[in-house]
Amino acid sequence: MLAGSRPGVGKAATSRRLAPLCSPSPGKSKEAEIKRINKELANIRSKFKGDKALDGYSKKKYVCKLLFIFLLGHDIDFGHMEAVNLLSSNRYTEKQIGYLFISVLVNSNSELIRLINNAIKNDLASRNPTFMGLALHCIANVGSREMAEAFAGEVPKILVAGDTMDSVKQSAALCLLRLYRTSPDLVPMGDWTSRVVHLLNDQHLGVVTAATSLITTLAQKNPEEFKTSVSLAVSRLSRIVTSASTDLQDYTYYFVPAPWLSVKLLRLLQCYPPPEDPAVRGRLTECLETILNKAQEPPKSKKVQHSNAKNAVLFEAISLIIHHDSEPNLLVRACNQLGQFLQHRETNLRYLALESMCTLASSEFSHEAVKTHIDTVINALKTERDVSVRQRAVDLLYAMCDRSNAQQIVAEMLSYLETADYSIREEIVLKVAILAEKYAVDYAWYVDTILNLIRIAGDYVSEEVWYRVIQIVINRDDVQGYAAKTVFEALQAPACHENLVKVGGYILGEFGNLIAGDPRSSPLVQFNLLHSKFHLCSVPTRALLLSTYIKFVNLFPEVKPTIQDVLRGDSQLRNADVELQQRAVEYLRLSTVASTDILATVLEEMPPFPERESSILAKLKKKKGPSTVTDLEDTKRERSVDVNGGPEPAPASASSTPSPSADLLGLGAAPAAPTGPPPSSGGGLLVDVFSDSASAAAPLAPGSEDNFPQRAFPKHPRISAGGSEFVCKNNGVLFENQLLQIGLKSEFRQNLGRMFIFYGNKTSTQFLNFTPTPVPRCGLDSLTRTHLNLQTKPVDPTVDGGAQVQQVVNIECVSDFTEAPVLNIQFRYGGTFQNVSVQLPITLNKFFQPTEMSSQDFFQRWKQLSNPQQEVQNIFKAKHPMDTEITKAKIIGFGSALLEEVDPNPANFVGAGIIHTKTSQTGCLLRLEPNLQAQMYRLTLRTSKETVSQRLCELLSQQF
Amino acid sequence: MIQAILVFNNHGKPRLVRFYQHFPEEIQQQIVRETFHLVLKRDDNICNFLEGGSLIGGSDYKLIYRHYATLYFVFCVDSSESELGILDLIQVFVETLDKCFENVCELDLIFHMDKVHYILQEVVMGGMVLETNMNEIVAQIEAQNRLEKSEGGALG
Repeated sequence: MLAGSRPGVGKAATSRRLAPLCSPSPGKSKEAEIKRINKELANIRSKFKGDKALDGYSKKKYVCKLLFIFLLGHDIDFGHMEAVNLLSSNRYTEKQIGYLFISVLVNSNSELIRLINNAIKNDLASRNPTFMGLALHCIANVGSREMAEAFAGEVPKILVAGDTMDSVKQSAALCLLRLYRTSPDLVPMGDWTSRVVHLLNDQHLGVVTAATSLITTLAQKNPEEFKTSVSLAVSRLSRIVTSASTDLQDYTYYFVPAPWLSVKLLRLLQCYPPPEDPAVRGRLTECLETILNKAQEPPKSKKVQHSNAKNAVLFEAISLIIHHDSEPNLLVRACNQLGQFLQHRETNLRYLALESMCTLASSEFSHEAVKTHIDTVINALKTERDVSVRQRAVDLLYAMCDRSNAQQIVAEMLSYLETADYSIREEIVLKVAILAEKYAVDYAWYVDTILNLIRIAGDYVSEEVWYRVIQIVINRDDVQGYAAKTVFEALQAPACHENLVKVGGYILGEFGNLIAGDPRSSPLVQFNLLHSKFHLCSVPTRALLLSTYIKFVNLFPEVKPTIQDVLRGDSQLRNADVELQQRAVEYLRLSTVASTDILATVLEEMPPFPERESSILAKLKKKKGPSTVTDLEDTKRERSVDVNGGPEPAPASASSTPSPSADLLGLGAAPAAPTGPPPSSGGGLLVDVFSDSASAAAPLAPGSEDNFPQRAFPKHPRISAGGSEFVCKNNGVLFENQLLQIGLKSEFRQNLGRMFIFYGNKTSTQFLNFTPTPVPRCGLDSLTRTHLNLQTKPVDPTVDGGAQVQQVVNIECVSDFTEAPVLNIQFRYGGTFQNVSVQLPITLNKFFQPTEMSSQDFFQRWKQLSNPQQEVQNIFKAKHPMDTEITKAKIIGFGSALLEEVDPNPANFVGAGIIHTKTSQTGCLLRLEPNLQAQMYRLTLRTSKETVSQRLCELLSQQF
Repeated sequence: MIQAILVFNNHGKPRLVRFYQHFPEEIQQQIVRETFHLVLKRDDNICNFLEGGSLIGGSDYKLIYRHYATLYFVFCVDSSESELGILDLIQVFVETLDKCFENVCELDLIFHMDKVHYILQEVVMGGMVLETNMNEIVAQIEAQNRLEKSEGGALG
């Protein structure tokens, strides 16, 4: 055993092969090692290149050395050909080392793959079980698509052939499983599937174990096809569980009969609901009870292996019980069993018990039973020495939390947070924030909790968390005064976290007036308190505080001179940071020129935020999800102003911050005049490159069309577009007829957006009963749920002649969608009812956030998204002149980042970004390959979600 | 599925590295280093599971490891594997090595790297558990040895 104290050097004497590389003297310098290895590599290279043909033994020797050098972390760029040659040797040992080299060193897109496949083909056909085994191993280990193409038809035949040896069958089953995992589309289902199911009855337990793994994976994707496996699995399991352990000879492991097979069978059963056949169901229940009973028996051995194997089966049985979630009796027994494990002396068992209990907590039958263990779990949080276990305890507390114990659990989590490991603090912060919000009966408690969070772990309180507390305070009148008072008190602390300054600044700016009556928190005191923190804060916080100051000017006219003095100071007006300088200049100006009425309008109290699912929850889900999304996040590009995610003073933005897109339309000036730049093909890139895109014109209600035939207005070919024109831009004229012009300005950020719709009355007569309503349209796939939430307020029902009204639509993308919403407008004009319906250009790509990445990252991710469902490709003819600059502008307008110098072919365009929806984030890669000669494009989209790839490809294809 | 099997010594020197998903060489080395640092700072008697490092797939993957004298055996697995099952599998692998090398030690892994790979291949194939019965595994290895002898070209 490794623990043995035998000096190992003795053995080295018999094996000189690797001696030059690893003489047993430790502590040699890195340089010396590299020098030695380079020398050895040169030697091997010269041997391979030399005139003298190497004998099999030398070839093996050198290949083995190369493997070792690779293990030490050095690149091996030769020897592949020699290894491939070894494959076709007739000597077993040579073949074996050849295969080993290939499965360790050859990656899937090597050019040698054809030669390798050839050798494999010969070995599979050799009928020599040893050679077949080697070949199957190699396929499974490399598992590339090319190999799947070559062998996905052959391997199933080997698997079910009557004369195949057990060991080969075992390898064939796993080999097929590997191919199915990498390329499910290439593995043909057929009559072999029913024969595979019957392998569950095979004599050889190794074959059964391998087959169970295979069937489990296949059944997850094709449950119907493998339904018969349920009863077979139950009877097999029953035979194992009830047998005396001696029946299974070698497959008994430390007195536990066939533990691995039992685990696999229990996993397979988790692909299905509880069996319908009462006999099968009874038998399964009996098995599960027996397993639970055995857990109570005294151990047959003191060895840890015995208890591990026994408990592996037990935990899997509990998983199945939780999965079925139908037998209250079993659920409660499972819960009690896990409760015992919570106090077991084995750390591994405590860990697994906490983990399993998390899922048990969500079952209605056992939720209450789980809750009884709260003290044990809290104790675990305090006393466990292992951070992995403490993390599970946090998870379980989160899962078992409900209204009855929320206060206790939040308090415990908060106190744990003070000493928690740095690696899990952010997650705990999110969990506390969510629980506090979800189970808040008393919003004062909620505000206290969040402020405590900031106090204890301010660095780990993300934007989402403090945005959320502000949203809630703004939406709930009853807590505003308390919040103002509490932040005011919290800010008294000599050193407080910057996040607290942000929350405090924002809340006092909005609701400081509620506590201003108390002389201890008079306006000037509030201002001085905030301003005392100002100089220690970062630029964004200072920017926020400047906004607070201008709000103070509005709320408390008496502090106006003081604030003007501050704004006038050189450190503001001449600040090196352009944002701060601009705010100071604009706010100062606003405070001097605007009358109190205008000031009050501009700085009106924030309207309530639309109710939506907490962004914190989304963040937590994201954190727990695949990490690829998270690191894409970091490289987000700054884009436009903060729309409605953050508590920036949005109402003031029109006057105080420059709009990123100046009013293109001049709608504000003269709505009656025919506006919008004339269509010119060589003109502005984003303005009018799609001038003739009538393809996806919006369906107009017949009423308006009949009254105002389009032909009458030949000067405005862009009438009623609303389709693909807006895919790559956010502003423009959406619709125009003789009566009405509709203009749009929109901003999107992550999964949220805000669209300003301007309705201009082109006539000199009033519109009456003017009611525009945006409605999401449901595709067939969304009968039950909405993909898009639109929120808006009704506009003034009367629109004077020549006037313009504005409507704001808040948009939230819940999940990816294809159908754009529709804007229905009804109004009365000169005695007749008018009806207009226009498609609103809210398309999936609006929720793109661009991502910059290096060439290497790009192609690595590109390769990771290689499943056929993830890729959508379209080859199409160019509808517009193929101009590089215009194409680039379109890709950027589409929302993705345009990655320069990533594609080896400079003529190609590649882009990357993330589609944000409330429920998920989808990383997207795109590549556009123009072919000038043929006037064609090939567009390839790869995302982790099929529907997203599909939709983005459709949208972008229309643009060229 | 088993994503990777890493064996390294107490100083982080890799002694057996097997990936069942393709990573570029430098990433492989980084994963070994990252994993080493993750397990190194853990006491011997705390739990044998931890969440995977950032390189190998984050929280969807678990590292399941055992520490024997001078060597760490780490299996990186996804959620389709039973934690305790894998823990026992490591034990089976080590016990098998012990049988085949008669009291195995770290140097055996260096000087008989090919053999170690062959033994591992009998236990895990393409990231999936192939055989768990030690006698069966040893029988396969012995059959290989006989073949080798009959060809008269044993390597070492």
